[in-house]
Amino acid sequence: MPAVNMTVNGKTVTADVEGRTLLVQVLREKLGLTGTHVGCDTSQCGACVVHMNSISVKSCTVLALQADGAEVTTIEGLSSGTDIHPMQQAFREHHGLQCGFCTPGMIMSAVDLVRRHPSPDEATVRAELDGNLCRCTGYANIVKAVMAGAKAMAAG
Amino acid sequence: MNHQASATGIGASVLRTEDLRFVRGKGRYTDDIVLANQTFAYVLRSPHAYATIGRIDTTAVQKAPGVVLVLTSADMTKLGGLPCGWLIHNKDGSPMKEPKHPVLAEGMVRHVGDPVAVVVAETYAQARDAAELIEVDYKPLPAVMDMAQALKSPGIHDAAPNNLCFDWHLGDESATAAAFVKAAHVTKLDLVNNRLVPNAIEPRCCIGDYNTATGEHTIYTSNQNPHVIRLLAGAFVLATPEHKIRVVAPDVGGGFGSKIYLYAEEIIVTVAAQKLGRPVKWNSDRSEAFLSDAQGRDHKTKVELALDDKGKFLGLRVNTLANMGAYLSTFASVIPTFLHGTLLAGNYTTPAIYVNVKAVFTNTVPVDAYRGAGRPEATYLLERVIDLAAHETKRDPADLRRMNFIRPDQFPYATPVALTYDTGNYQRTLDMALAAADYKNFPARKTEAEKRGRLRGIGIANYIEACGIAPSNIAGALGSRAGGYECGTIRVNPTGSVTVLTGSHSHGQGHETTFAQLISDKLGIPFDQVDVVHGDTAKIAFGMGTYGSRSLAVGGSALVKAADKIIAKGKKIAAHMLEVSEHDIAFENGAFKVAGTDRQKTMGEIAFQAYVPHNFPLETLEPGLEETAFYDPKNFTYPAGTYVCEVEIDPDTGVTTIVNFCAADDFGKIINPMIVEGQVHGGIAQGIGQALLEHCIYNSDGQLITGSYMDYAMPRADDLPMFKVTLTDEPTPCTHNPLGVKGCGEAGAIGSPPAVINAIVNALADYGITHIDMPATPQAVWRAIQNAPRG
Amino acid sequence: MYDFNYTRPTSVPEARAAFAASDDALWLAGGQTLIPTLKQRLRRPSALIDLSGLRGLNEVQVMGAKVMIGALATHAAVANSPITKKRIPALAALAGGIGDAQVRHRGTLGGSIANADPAADYPAAVVALGAEVVTDKRKIAGDGFFKGLFETALEPGELITSVHFNIPDKAAYVKFPNPASRFALVGVFVAKFKDHVRVAVTGAAPSVFRVPSVEEALAKNFSPDVVDGDAVPADGLNSDLHAAGDYRAHLIGVLTKRAVVACA
Repeated sequence: MPAVNMTVNGKTVTADVEGRTLLVQVLREKLGLTGTHVGCDTSQCGACVVHMNSISVKSCTVLALQADGAEVTTIEGLSSGTDIHPMQQAFREHHGLQCGFCTPGMIMSAVDLVRRHPSPDEATVRAELDGNLCRCTGYANIVKAVMAGAKAMAAG
Repeated sequence: MNHQASATGIGASVLRTEDLRFVRGKGRYTDDIVLANQTFAYVLRSPHAYATIGRIDTTAVQKAPGVVLVLTSADMTKLGGLPCGWLIHNKDGSPMKEPKHPVLAEGMVRHVGDPVAVVVAETYAQARDAAELIEVDYKPLPAVMDMAQALKSPGIHDAAPNNLCFDWHLGDESATAAAFVKAAHVTKLDLVNNRLVPNAIEPRCCIGDYNTATGEHTIYTSNQNPHVIRLLAGAFVLATPEHKIRVVAPDVGGGFGSKIYLYAEEIIVTVAAQKLGRPVKWNSDRSEAFLSDAQGRDHKTKVELALDDKGKFLGLRVNTLANMGAYLSTFASVIPTFLHGTLLAGNYTTPAIYVNVKAVFTNTVPVDAYRGAGRPEATYLLERVIDLAAHETKRDPADLRRMNFIRPDQFPYATPVALTYDTGNYQRTLDMALAAADYKNFPARKTEAEKRGRLRGIGIANYIEACGIAPSNIAGALGSRAGGYECGTIRVNPTGSVTVLTGSHSHGQGHETTFAQLISDKLGIPFDQVDVVHGDTAKIAFGMGTYGSRSLAVGGSALVKAADKIIAKGKKIAAHMLEVSEHDIAFENGAFKVAGTDRQKTMGEIAFQAYVPHNFPLETLEPGLEETAFYDPKNFTYPAGTYVCEVEIDPDTGVTTIVNFCAADDFGKIINPMIVEGQVHGGIAQGIGQALLEHCIYNSDGQLITGSYMDYAMPRADDLPMFKVTLTDEPTPCTHNPLGVKGCGEAGAIGSPPAVINAIVNALADYGITHIDMPATPQAVWRAIQNAPRG
Repeated sequence: MYDFNYTRPTSVPEARAAFAASDDALWLAGGQTLIPTLKQRLRRPSALIDLSGLRGLNEVQVMGAKVMIGALATHAAVANSPITKKRIPALAALAGGIGDAQVRHRGTLGGSIANADPAADYPAAVVALGAEVVTDKRKIAGDGFFKGLFETALEPGELITSVHFNIPDKAAYVKFPNPASRFALVGVFVAKFKDHVRVAVTGAAPSVFRVPSVEEALAKNFSPDVVDGDAVPADGLNSDLHAAGDYRAHLIGVLTKRAVVACA
């Protein structure tokens, strides 16, 4: 069985995998990082979004072996302990989540969105969140949270 | 109750406690739970909509790598079928047809996705690989798909000839007929309430865990009402008593109704875990969810409205075919009946109403409650036919609605369809929504849009809900096999912190925050000293769970009752400590005070004394400070409101854009406005999804065409506008629960579909178009324009 | 997913050798279509040969009157490249509208055109810009590259290395997305060159196609007014739950006019 070596949330990890093993499976099942979720099987819901080499990807559509040598950041790596990332804080302050299931992927997409669009307007945020489905919020508060989070990240 | 202004009390938009874990990825959903020695189940499902099964050959699969167990219906002969919780009676008084809903197919499959066999293996991949080795000898039969056709076809169940589940009615048929005879105008409309897939983003998941020494089952499941699952699974399917079953519903990633029900997979993992003596996990993938989660809506309706020459509604007649799918899901039968027929008075004084509902079996996935559950269907047909009547009689749709409103001085108001509304002020929400939408200046905006080649339309919908399901006595008389109460426990811990245990279940609604606000306010305890526990039958005395916008109105009321008991006992303890009569003790701002003095004991002091009763009069006072209460509502609650939608249509492509959406809601008393507004947002999004995007479609062979997000269009961020949600400035609190609350979970999904469609039809009125079915996709709108009477 | 062997070669010869060594190998580029297809168990390759280790196949360069884009350039790279944005902004916009942000971070030009999904966006650009598809063996004219539903002129094992797009005077791509998948229900790419105009339509038929009558009309007078809205008959167009053939035929006319306007 081949092994995948990655840096996940700053720690070097190794896991034995099959060719077909997905990155999300390694994160959830081998590393216990269950904040990354799986909500669909056609790469559309975005609950599984993580950062791979600093850009957002859908970890359900990346083979674990494709991530060999990569640096991966999951929602658990965005902040540590009781610290909170400005985007995480913005989602809470703007009630940008309800059941919480889409939230980790949504936040990881949002952080990457801000990397590419440091002060996004509403239309940009809506367009850039095309790859993340939320069934609870109607998106309005997510959009507000991302814009506020972007401001907070710039200030921070 | 304390009403001093507080940053965390009733009426404050307190940030949610649960978010602290969710935003960090520290939620604990069922699939996040890993039990030692856990195995994985894969459910082999029927590829046919309707077929007999000759033989199932599992020889090869038994030997496949990693396989530890294979199950077919032959292994489940001692089990009951999945039960239906509500017995509907036909017009003639006879009971509905309840064909068995087996856990695994017994000689016949009746929808694509019907579970046929189960493979349990060391890994999920092994189980799925091995399942391909099962040989099933299917003999396909012609699928029964169309409801009208089904009623003329042989039954897909022997127990239900011609596929009729029930033929139910409500209201005064002859009085309604008489109203139509004397009507000055009759408006008729045929419409469809499109089938939807609930699509909570967390797919269903469950784990069975069996203790071979004690014979105790634990079922972890993504479910909205764990105690109900324990009751249904134990009493009806497994024949196992409650004390041997623990059901845990941890963090649940959305429900919208689809996670109310007892599903086959919960039984499968329980049985498999017992047979193996190892935990068994089943986790749905999305494709499977499309074939196995109960779906929503799917009504075909003929509605007729009779008006007099002044526009007053005289009578309403509704004939509906309701699709049950292939089997009766847990609450399927109550949706088109008591959650639909009883709402047909809407916000209006229509004196005579008659509704007939025929429920039909077809070779499709079972249909059950989906956000709103019957009430969206009722509101849609009513608000559409009223709009059409306004158009036909050349009246302003707002005026026609207003003149038929139940006025504030008419409450309590008994409708002709079995409900008595306690309070409401429909004029006010209409006025507020119209003002927010700048209704009077719409013509100018329409003219401006025309210059840009866009068709602009505005649509109004009022809605009323019956929430807080349900008074047990009424529900029981109507055929419910369950109670409608809720249970709550308040445990004041020895140091004065409080643990709230509720039978309600949060899967996004924010109970951990709202209930903590409520009890913090009620007992004068700091918000951060209140912890809310839900979702575990081993921790919580009992519960009916969360659905039908009931958690605060019923579950919250149970907690108020329990808090009252805490205060009553606290007074006894304080009286003992302060050496006065308990009648001299008053509870104010979190302290027990001797009236007219400055002598008092805090809740913390009382609690400590209760648990360290060194000097307690044990004959008259028990140690401890924990109280449980059951609250059974006296009536439904009746939230209401008005939604106004404004659209622009591109006639060249048929694309509809929502340019403004204004909501004005009356939910009675509000605990956390931020959460309430969020609930409305989510409901509106789902309602807009139904109106514009979502449609669950099967082909004539019974294959699901919209079986993934590649074809089932879910609303995305760029499909939706910002919503203007206002809570009425003249709320009408519920009169019969202690909080005055009415419930807000489903309103958005109920009021928005007719508002959107009314706006679209309004935009297309110049073409002579008077109706368009949901979803009004670009193609549907374009085609309506192509086929329009006036091009 | 069925299991398979995974390799990540670091050179084209090594990749070809790995391909040849397996009975039923598939190239893996970004995997944004292939991995979901495998998850649905719709294909069962014995090996996946990951091309991401190949060097030099993801660059965007100007080559005279052409823009050369490496086969492994991601949609995001094409969308954000200063070269594409300056020389063929319509191509940058097309790439920036494929899928969603995460798909654009992984999905590649070569992977997309090799897959030849009838609803993919890139085929419209390849054909409308008269591109040349360069492989490890030869150059294939864009007009002859797409052969049908998921069919291309590529031979088994042939590897796309780059695509050379002609730089037009003006161009625009207008897409009507499938409301669910966001693939192109219909997408029209209009490219105006010095002496001719090309119009390519994706999403509407089993494979991308040109509309010669409209091209000729636009070559004479580059105005939306000359676009015949009924130039493409409904017969033979795709028909599904989102759009019947007649609706697609109509959309081709509407989107072509809009693309011409957008060229201005």
